[in-house]
Amino acid sequence: MSLKVGVDIGGTFTDVAIEDRTQRWSLKVPTTHAAPEEGVLIGVEQALALAGRPFSDVGLLVHGTTLATNALIERKGAKTALLTTAGFRDVLEMGNEGRFDQYDIRAVKPRPIVPRHLRYTVDERLRFDGSIVKPLNVAEVRAVGQRMREAGIEALAIAFLHSYANGAHEVQAKNILEAELGFPVSTSHEVSPQMREYERVSTTCANAYLQPVVSQYLIRLEHALNEKGLAGPMLMILSSGGLTTVDTASRYPIRLLESGPAGGAIFASDIARRLRLDSVLSFDVGGTTAKFCMVDAGEVHHSHTFEVARTYRFKKGSGLPIRVPVVDLVEIGAGGGSITRVDALGRVVVGPDSAGSEPGPACYAKGGAEPTVTDCDLVLGKLDPDSFAGGSMKLDRDRAVDALNATVAKRTDLSVENAAFAVAEIVSETMASAARVHAAEVGTDIEKRTLIAFGGAAPLHAARFADKLNIDTVIVPSGAGVGSAIGFLRAPISYELVRSISVRVQSGPLPVVAAALTEMEIHAGEIVHKAADLNLDAYIVKRSAHMRYVGQGHEIEVSFEHGASDATFGQRLCDEFQRTYVQTYGHALKNAAIEATTWTVKVSAPIDSPLVNAAAPDPHIAAPNRQRQVFDGANGVWETWPEYDRMSLRDGAFGAGPAILAEAETTTVVPANFRFTIGTQGLVWLNRIGGDQ
Amino acid sequence: MTAPSQQDRIKTDLIWQRLITILEDQAQTLVRTAFSTATRESGDLSAGFFDRRGRMVAQAVTGTPGHVNAMALAVEHFLEKFPLDGLQPGDVLVSNDPWICSGHLHDFTVVTPVFHRAKAVGAVANTIHVVDIGGLGFGPDGRDVFEEGFCVPICKLSAGGAINELLLEFVRNNVREPEQVVGDLYSSMIGNESAARKLSVLLEEFDYQDFETVSDSIIARTKRTVEERVFALQDGVYSNAVRLDGYDSEIELKLAVRVQGSKMKLDFAGSSPASSRGINVVLNYTTAYAVFGVNCVLNPDIPCNYGSLYPIDVIAQPNTVLNAMRPSAVSARHMIGHLLPDLVLGALSGILPVPAEGAGLIWNPSLRGRLPSGSAFAAVTFNAGGAGAHHDRDGWSTTAFPSGVKSMPVEAVEATVPVLFVRKELRPDSGGAGQFRGGLGQIMEIVGEGQGPLLVNAMFDRVLNAAAGRQGGLAGAKGGVWLASGKPFRTKGLQEVQPGDTLVLELPGGGGFGDPAKRCQEAIASDILEGYVTPEAAEADYGKRIDA
Repeated sequence: MSLKVGVDIGGTFTDVAIEDRTQRWSLKVPTTHAAPEEGVLIGVEQALALAGRPFSDVGLLVHGTTLATNALIERKGAKTALLTTAGFRDVLEMGNEGRFDQYDIRAVKPRPIVPRHLRYTVDERLRFDGSIVKPLNVAEVRAVGQRMREAGIEALAIAFLHSYANGAHEVQAKNILEAELGFPVSTSHEVSPQMREYERVSTTCANAYLQPVVSQYLIRLEHALNEKGLAGPMLMILSSGGLTTVDTASRYPIRLLESGPAGGAIFASDIARRLRLDSVLSFDVGGTTAKFCMVDAGEVHHSHTFEVARTYRFKKGSGLPIRVPVVDLVEIGAGGGSITRVDALGRVVVGPDSAGSEPGPACYAKGGAEPTVTDCDLVLGKLDPDSFAGGSMKLDRDRAVDALNATVAKRTDLSVENAAFAVAEIVSETMASAARVHAAEVGTDIEKRTLIAFGGAAPLHAARFADKLNIDTVIVPSGAGVGSAIGFLRAPISYELVRSISVRVQSGPLPVVAAALTEMEIHAGEIVHKAADLNLDAYIVKRSAHMRYVGQGHEIEVSFEHGASDATFGQRLCDEFQRTYVQTYGHALKNAAIEATTWTVKVSAPIDSPLVNAAAPDPHIAAPNRQRQVFDGANGVWETWPEYDRMSLRDGAFGAGPAILAEAETTTVVPANFRFTIGTQGLVWLNRIGGDQ
Repeated sequence: MTAPSQQDRIKTDLIWQRLITILEDQAQTLVRTAFSTATRESGDLSAGFFDRRGRMVAQAVTGTPGHVNAMALAVEHFLEKFPLDGLQPGDVLVSNDPWICSGHLHDFTVVTPVFHRAKAVGAVANTIHVVDIGGLGFGPDGRDVFEEGFCVPICKLSAGGAINELLLEFVRNNVREPEQVVGDLYSSMIGNESAARKLSVLLEEFDYQDFETVSDSIIARTKRTVEERVFALQDGVYSNAVRLDGYDSEIELKLAVRVQGSKMKLDFAGSSPASSRGINVVLNYTTAYAVFGVNCVLNPDIPCNYGSLYPIDVIAQPNTVLNAMRPSAVSARHMIGHLLPDLVLGALSGILPVPAEGAGLIWNPSLRGRLPSGSAFAAVTFNAGGAGAHHDRDGWSTTAFPSGVKSMPVEAVEATVPVLFVRKELRPDSGGAGQFRGGLGQIMEIVGEGQGPLLVNAMFDRVLNAAAGRQGGLAGAKGGVWLASGKPFRTKGLQEVQPGDTLVLELPGGGGFGDPAKRCQEAIASDILEGYVTPEAAEADYGKRIDA
């Protein structure tokens, strides 16, 4: 029977998950940075050995990698040039002319990926509606091509002003220059056909910059896999969480960024669909970061812009803007390895810097001297020094105590236990704050969502985090350590296109929009069909518009059914906008004009998430395996908590908090105001007492 | 120390963080719903929480320096006129009085009491810039404040939940974009309401009656830290002066910073008298930008509240340009306000590491005219010059400071109004030479494509007075404003650009830091390769010829 393989290359490990209809095998191998395909082969072979199956059984391989992200962060892409409109040579460097920190007058801005001496200009000019002010100076393009060749450039981006409305000049220049230079050229109307020149130029340059690196890697990998006897196709996971072919990925490598985190969000959305949970918050906490994502009706929230390679890791505005469809994740610097300290005002703060795995938290006894969140969890008794990572690494509580005493406890006059409690509270508060701000930004409620917690450090903090957000239900799935690779196996084949067309929306049809939507639907459909090969009527098409009141600068996304040429279309869209606006901001304006600026079309193959029942058939009281001393910070006393080995709990087992559920990969903390149940498929449910069940 | 007090201490930190989150939430919502370009593109707003005693306890991270401290001072006046305990749930206060709020009529401050367990426990406030306030429109041409629009004294925007319809009728009848202005007032009110609800939930969660003990702790800790930092500075008086182009005559700003123990006093004695036109600054706004300058180098990590403002006194003589009195015209007060941080940093240069002077003022030509159909259009764009170099690095090119403004995409502006930007790119040789080079300004060329002339409301400075270098660094290039036709064009005030003519703006560069002779050869070669500096200028400034 045919196997599905998910491979996620991360910074440290390459995760592999293999599935057939009934079973799953997974493992981690070290990432081989010099030639990442080697790690992939080793990992897949080992996982196949675990399953006892040959390479030829693999019917589908789904792959995600940090290669593109790292190439941008480390500036290891190709020597790239930009061709742009005369008078606008410095769009990439001037950016938005703002600062990302009000008070830091010494902040370092990101260096442009194309230096000024490789930014060439040519005479041409379009208006916003695509009409021509000045035709393209073809002779000048040829002359510039000559100079580019002499400069030895390896990649080229072409981005003209207003090309989202008319790509003709870009196509003309591309045809001349591809012939001259002999390699594929990225044009902005293809990579990111949206208004706002800085984001479009930045995205197009990044795409060109990555193209040689990524396409060469993919060719090598496909070749190696075919040699091993891979029978089925390889598909790539996109930033949006969809899948596409290697060919499309090679043309638009910019869409491969952030595929790992996208896998995690899909992992959560799959659980949401199986359990029919309509409103979910995915919560993924590892060693360095916490990531959140909203999942509504089984669909992960999307965004159309994000940043990479920030000069200040968690500072909005300090990176390169990239505008492609992406899973809407919030990432903050708060994980198990996050360092805690006391600021100038005597406040306990956590992160955003992390001790990572080397040297790691103080309790790892590998030379780390600064206290981390993990050290605090150990001091509070939530982590067991002897069974961490399945007992493979003994934690040193004395070092954790010393590190906390030397910094946090000393500066705040708190006892070491209270200091550890303060850190645990602050880290939950920090995560909750980030989730609240994000919820407000996207205009959704966070209370009454179900929290799905995974990643090594999430189950330790999930219940307290949920409590702060007034969330009643937490689910801790198994297999959380390789969540992204499993998520890859659940991803739908899909492709999304986004285009700027500014129109006033009032009653009546919008023929220009209707034509564009049809064209986008065909284009996205072709890309999806290449990978999925289903009957044409099997595909799901979703459309949305980004709308605002005329005069505003920020849009909200409004979904709609097709029919932009219908007479009722404008009215339908306005009504839907008003409804969404009220839902988001609490009021609507009666007489203000409405406009739409951007249109998206997403075509997907259907996904198969078989429904399961949440509750296991045989409810029974769980029996604790031992007891543990845990510090109750709210009352400032040590208490005895029961401890359960999660692997020994059968489906249907339940018990009251406070309790600790220990397993090799992580530890789940059940506070006094929660109880736990083991549901079907080994999911741990934490329910807040007095909350909605 | 007993266990409960340790727990209370932890709770205070948690509440502090939550307060800032609640306010940041509110600020973000305002940015997303705002109609005024200034508010939505540049965060020209602020949101804060005040305790029962009217002291500002916390403020959103997003916000512009000009509103930060101004609002802290404004709310006192609101609560003086309408004491907290006399207010009912559903009451909302409003005003745009420049002398009470933040210095010009375009800024509305909205104050909403917060109730918990049927008792007023404080107030949330926000200030936003609205798109129009009648009168001459946003610009420096006014001769008194009455020409600049209409003033709403502190009054109730809502009483017990009933909207003050008469007030809104007044607003609608006096502004050019009634729906947008009223829409922004609604957003402010709803934002405050939502924050007030969350604050009550916060008290419930931590089981507190009010915020008074928490605010005492927050303010005391902040005040103590700022005082310690001031105390660590060498006592003395540190002076500086800068010259600005002014509206029709040059303006001199003078400052003496007196550091004495844990107090810092900023005294602007000797600064020029108030201008006859709308570039005057009220004391609130002077205080806001002066304190911001201090905070950039002394307290960049300290959240703003009553305690952080307390140790710093600001004094300016009445009827000077930095403490203009009614009925002075004040609309374009940012033209002077934005240069105050440079004045402050220069004064502190002997005791703290500070950069050279920068372009300071944002160049925001407001563009008006008629569409081919005959109806009116208006747009404003924000554009930044170069920032000053530091003792160890070059200055930022085309970066707004002290304003938090971001520029508008050319494509977005052209899609809104019939204007063509022929050029918007870096201006070579505009950064002041030095061991570290000042940031570059930019060159813009603008053509009208509407019916008849393009109306430009000019608000430009540093055309006569360049950004000075520091410690041997040279000054940045002065700004330039001219028409391609050679016809004259003033740096301030409403003027016409005739069809076929082009407005050219050369934005000033930042000052250099340190002796140009000490600049390393690789940096000079790289500047020439990238075209930041022309070979001719390199030869003139760095004294030797380098072939790139």
